[in-house]
Amino acid sequence: MARDAKEAALVLHRFGLGPRAGSIDAIASDPSAAILAELDRPGAGQIATPDLPTSGTANRAVFEFTAERNAMQQRQRRETAQAALENPGKENSMEAKAEAPAKPEEVPLPRQLFLNEARARIDAALTAEIGFVERLVWFWSNHFCVNQDKTVMAGAYEREAIRPHVLGRFSDMLLAAEGHPAMLIYLDNAQSIGPNSVAGINRDKGLNENLAREILELHTLGVRTVYTQDDVTNFAKVLTGWTILPTVSNPDHGGEFVYLRRAHEPGEQSVVGKTYPDAGTEQGRAVLEDLARHPATAKHVATKMACHFIADDPPPALVDRLTQRFLDTDGDLKEMATALIASPEAWEPEQSKIKRPSEWIVAALRATGLSGDIARITGGMALLGQPLWRPPAPKGFSDDNAAWLDGLAQRLDIANTFAQRVGEKLDAEAVADTALGPLASAETRRAIANAESKPQALTFLLMAPEFQRR
Amino acid sequence: MPTIFPAPTRRALLVGSGALFAWASVPSTARAEGRDPRFLAIVLRGGLDGLAVVAPVGDPDWAKLRSDKSLTADVATPALPLDGFFALNPAMPNLHRLYQAGQATIVHAVATPYRERSHFDGQDVLESGLPKPGTADTGWLNRALAAVEPGGRVDQRGRQAFAVGPITPLVVRGPAPVLSWVPPRLAPVSDDTTMRLLDLYRHTDPTFARVLEERVGLAAIAKAGGMNSAPGEERPPVQGGGGIAQVRTYFAEAAGAAAKFLAEPEGPRVGALAFDGWDTHVDEGAVKGRLANLLGALDGAIAAIETNMGNAWHETVVVLVTEFGRTARFNGNDGTDHGTATVALLAGGALQGGRVIADWPGLKEADLYEKRDLKPTADLRAVLKGVLRDHLRADERRLEAAVFPDSAAAKPLQGLLA
Repeated sequence: MARDAKEAALVLHRFGLGPRAGSIDAIASDPSAAILAELDRPGAGQIATPDLPTSGTANRAVFEFTAERNAMQQRQRRETAQAALENPGKENSMEAKAEAPAKPEEVPLPRQLFLNEARARIDAALTAEIGFVERLVWFWSNHFCVNQDKTVMAGAYEREAIRPHVLGRFSDMLLAAEGHPAMLIYLDNAQSIGPNSVAGINRDKGLNENLAREILELHTLGVRTVYTQDDVTNFAKVLTGWTILPTVSNPDHGGEFVYLRRAHEPGEQSVVGKTYPDAGTEQGRAVLEDLARHPATAKHVATKMACHFIADDPPPALVDRLTQRFLDTDGDLKEMATALIASPEAWEPEQSKIKRPSEWIVAALRATGLSGDIARITGGMALLGQPLWRPPAPKGFSDDNAAWLDGLAQRLDIANTFAQRVGEKLDAEAVADTALGPLASAETRRAIANAESKPQALTFLLMAPEFQRR
Repeated sequence: MPTIFPAPTRRALLVGSGALFAWASVPSTARAEGRDPRFLAIVLRGGLDGLAVVAPVGDPDWAKLRSDKSLTADVATPALPLDGFFALNPAMPNLHRLYQAGQATIVHAVATPYRERSHFDGQDVLESGLPKPGTADTGWLNRALAAVEPGGRVDQRGRQAFAVGPITPLVVRGPAPVLSWVPPRLAPVSDDTTMRLLDLYRHTDPTFARVLEERVGLAAIAKAGGMNSAPGEERPPVQGGGGIAQVRTYFAEAAGAAAKFLAEPEGPRVGALAFDGWDTHVDEGAVKGRLANLLGALDGAIAAIETNMGNAWHETVVVLVTEFGRTARFNGNDGTDHGTATVALLAGGALQGGRVIADWPGLKEADLYEKRDLKPTADLRAVLKGVLRDHLRADERRLEAAVFPDSAAAKPLQGLLA
């Protein structure tokens, strides 16, 4: 029982999002069964989002918002100029500014959409029993990342392309991600035009290889594996025509996926040793289906998963096992997750990985039972180097400890601020029981007990190695 | 600083937006005696070493007690003389100036009724005003507002308490509405927190320890062998990454803002804030080092209050109190452990100051409380009751019954006010 309580705590940190009140006890009788049961829950990975717009709706709303704002600014400029004409010598603009009543700052629509999506994501993380499925969502969302700075659809993208397939087939997620407008915009495929297509000839425009390259390098086969520059170029040609409807001329469907035959490079293409006849979108679909089943992809994905959950330098036996599972099950991601939990390496007591900032922040909220202010949560993530849906590159946020270690001092600043805000009302020793239970070292317990103030005690808990690591 | 105050608002609303400085307003008009008193309580959390702030340099046992790391009259930075027997830490020139001007009073060998040594329980007794720690959810300063005489100095209308900080200190929580203000910048990570965390990491996670050491700029010192030096060997003072400069700024901003609010004609009249970081177990650094830095920051906060109070300074009393003092002797790390009696510092133009009030218990082993701590000879509640009664005109019986229950033996200290 004692050992199981410790394993329960470990599993909650390593594969979940950290214990909530009572979590450790609740799963202590069989931590392994409890975490696997989360995969079997109906609707696992989905979140109820009746109030959140689809990516297309969000895109159109922001388009209208921006257009109206621009028009308003334009009109103000005209009125100012007109007033200056009518009353020369009088500095109307200054007076107008001084007299204008201070309006409470309204949150601009794009920001509000982002905050709503972020809130839904964080709520899903806070309400999950263990959080393994949410961790898988985060993992795959990072694998197939897009960037909020380039498209307002980043939050909706995760719900539309990642969540439905997080316990499904890799090939389905691959298709959903690469064909999603957010990805087509993020990696520039929306503006890639076949040089010999009608549009290419008429407009003298050409290929953009970005998406094709990142699919091969980051999403499927892996860098320096079995593909060449020709494969990249040919694959880019295959993907021409995968674009979005212009919002300005499509009030009902602007921003949604469209296959534009006029921009598609005609002819068959050879990608990674196989020739694909030109069959419209089917050509791209066929390439993606094959890439999804390639052994290099299996190895790449298995390695990445093991790195994320287990160790920077994962045991080769574990990677081999996960790779084989991927190949045996036609890339069944639920089977992959199950194989991971069933691996002996998953239960090593040493907490070798440092939590990513988002994991740590959510763990802190779960431990204290707070839901947090969403702007502060996303602000904290940004401060710690993991701004939500804004990865530094298509590769996503790093999974190496080295990337996050230097942020430890910033974590201390955040923990200190958080503890100043909430620590006075919390019993840090009780929070330690909730969050660490038998994982808490004697030294950590002592530091908490001897703290000079309640906020300081909470700071020590949040900064303790066994809370920072998983 | 806003010049118009919101109507007394539900505390929850304000606290929800965060709060760090707690104030009780005793506004404006009709001060029956033509005075408009201001009162600010500053809680120093962690247990302030009173002997390091106000040293009994005239006590023949003092120099022996802490050898050369204690304040004396004849070192490079001599303690600032107060009354021939006591001297003030040289990090506090502003307090010294006020003392000389009759605007600061020190009460020594003072303690709350709490005689154990737990921070949380000690702070609970200090701020609740109750004789025992436990379940209090109101503080003496808030309850004192109800004890203020109708038609007295403190106006009854719109009475509210003022608090600085995201969390209202217990001392000012209670039935009277609390208006809270959060400084734009919260307190930086204290050196104490950093050093304790570093100690935890050194015992549990060498990788984390290395990263944190880099932050506090200790890596070079550690490489030079300073970290492994023999006990007692001179070590450079910690230059925290957060830095004492940030602490100074924060202390001055928080206290200065409190003063601005209290100085407003229609503002609150009673407030509280808390400063952490006084738990000096290791390398206390009273003369130069950590405690000296903190005391310097506190001195700057007092100066900021005086400045921002403006003319209201003459109607102001600030009390600086802590949950307990520290051991009379140093421990094995040139620090001090949790103790009992300490000092209470009072500053403000309304005081009849320039005095150290102490029934000095002595420092011989037999004189110490449990042979280790400065023995309490004064009850902090007597000091506070004296100020509340004479400054705010709080009703003495209600002070007894509701503000500091079971404190009959601690008679209000006479003559603190001018």
